[in-house]
Amino acid sequence: MRLEQIEKDMLDGKHGKSAQKSMEILTTLGEIFGAECMVDVHGVQIAGVSYANLGEAGLEFLNEMAEDGKVRVLTTLNPAGMDRENWRALGIDEEFYKNQNRAIDVFAKMGIITTCSCTPYLIGNAPHYGQHIAWAESSAVCYSNSVIGARTNREGGPSALAAALTGKTPKYGYHLDENRHSQVLFKINASVKSTDEFGVLGKLIGDKLVELGKKVPYIVGIPSATVEELKSFCASVATYGGTALFHMEGITPEYNKYPKPSEIVIEINQDDLDITRADLIDDDLEIDFVSLGCPHASIHEIAKIAKLLEGKKVKKEFWITTARPTKRIADEAGYSKIIEDAGAKFAADTCCVVAPIKGRFKGIMVDSAKACYYGRAKNKFKVKIGSMEQCVEEALK
Amino acid sequence: MKLEGRKIYKGIAEAEAIVTRDGISFYGGVDPDTGIVVEIGHELEGQSITGKVLVFPTGKGSTVGSYTMYRMKKNNMAPVAIVNEEIDTIIAVGCIISEIPCVDKINIKNIKTGQKVLVNGSEGIVEVK
Repeated sequence: MRLEQIEKDMLDGKHGKSAQKSMEILTTLGEIFGAECMVDVHGVQIAGVSYANLGEAGLEFLNEMAEDGKVRVLTTLNPAGMDRENWRALGIDEEFYKNQNRAIDVFAKMGIITTCSCTPYLIGNAPHYGQHIAWAESSAVCYSNSVIGARTNREGGPSALAAALTGKTPKYGYHLDENRHSQVLFKINASVKSTDEFGVLGKLIGDKLVELGKKVPYIVGIPSATVEELKSFCASVATYGGTALFHMEGITPEYNKYPKPSEIVIEINQDDLDITRADLIDDDLEIDFVSLGCPHASIHEIAKIAKLLEGKKVKKEFWITTARPTKRIADEAGYSKIIEDAGAKFAADTCCVVAPIKGRFKGIMVDSAKACYYGRAKNKFKVKIGSMEQCVEEALK
Repeated sequence: MKLEGRKIYKGIAEAEAIVTRDGISFYGGVDPDTGIVVEIGHELEGQSITGKVLVFPTGKGSTVGSYTMYRMKKNNMAPVAIVNEEIDTIIAVGCIISEIPCVDKINIKNIKTGQKVLVNGSEGIVEVK
């Protein structure tokens, strides 16, 4: 790899131990994936924050990096394993609370903003079109590449941290035009609206891409989509397809930058969507848990939930997962009071994917196809997908 | 026999090889406190990889696996070197942060369990003795 002077100096240890270790990680990955050089990044999103995933091993590594490591660019964190304020009410034990805070503190020591959210683009870590970034969190990677038109590979925890501590990432993969072309055309011959329907579509396309061994889809036939629908789609297609980038005609900024694929064309009809939806509803279902906000709920979604819950009482455990800054806006707007008066709970800084809730509930209802996947695989719940309105209705039953 | 591959992480180590055709997930697949492979149905299930030259096709599973490798190294339970056919990000990052010599692009059929193997991660060379 061709390195600039500052990059060589970092590799030689002239900028400290953590910058050296970081540059070792980045140059090695660059060599493996055939990068010719590094590129400056404008922001970083770090995953691997929940203590349940990090464990003592991860924490030890972070502590070593924090001895002399400081971030060089705007860096934010993925969700943690608990709400940092409301953890007790959500059933988190004291020991986990202490360990989770040890992890968050070490990130803070390195100058990372500890917002703990999977939607950094909604809370100030928002790149613009064409900017190079180094993000972990598969749903946010997909959103930033596709919806914003920024450029990032799917980073893991250590490689994202390395980018933060050096301000660099190896220039390969989605940083290069040649890898941003799509290979499969999906024609959607059905109406798709609301977060759950976009999640179902994401699973259908993601599954097909895995079957075909392809990466980047081009989607036509979606006349409009909201930010919330797109974030649901991104989370789903990234979960089921490992997809980091898609183009959507008339919606995403690069849809007419590269040629539309014509070799593989897949038609998607209402029947196909119905079959996929049925895949996301388990048999013998007993729902005792409802969760909205995967990815983290926007203020617009929280406003809608507040309206649906106003003056009512929920009868089931009901979480709304969101970013702390979004929760603060909800507090000021009065939405939080309405929601909490109805008996629903905010779970800020965390989510139903990373919180240590395995086996705590029998069945979960969500509006997110991603939450279905992890609800089953990680937490051993039965799952049901439905619209936000249907989820609220279920919680009131 | 001298096999030429690609250097992934520097350093030289020599030990007995333990070879598998299965991919390895360090997160959940290996016990970091004992060095024993615990993945059910894995070719190496129940065997220790501690102090060995670990030879396998490629990594799999969660990115947290890099941290597990680091944990093993701190516990003195890590393999002394790793040889892969095709490295993946998890194993590469794991070797770097744990400082385990590593070479890939090696046809691992040339190595048998129990053979003495010297791994030169700095040169990208694996020598079967």
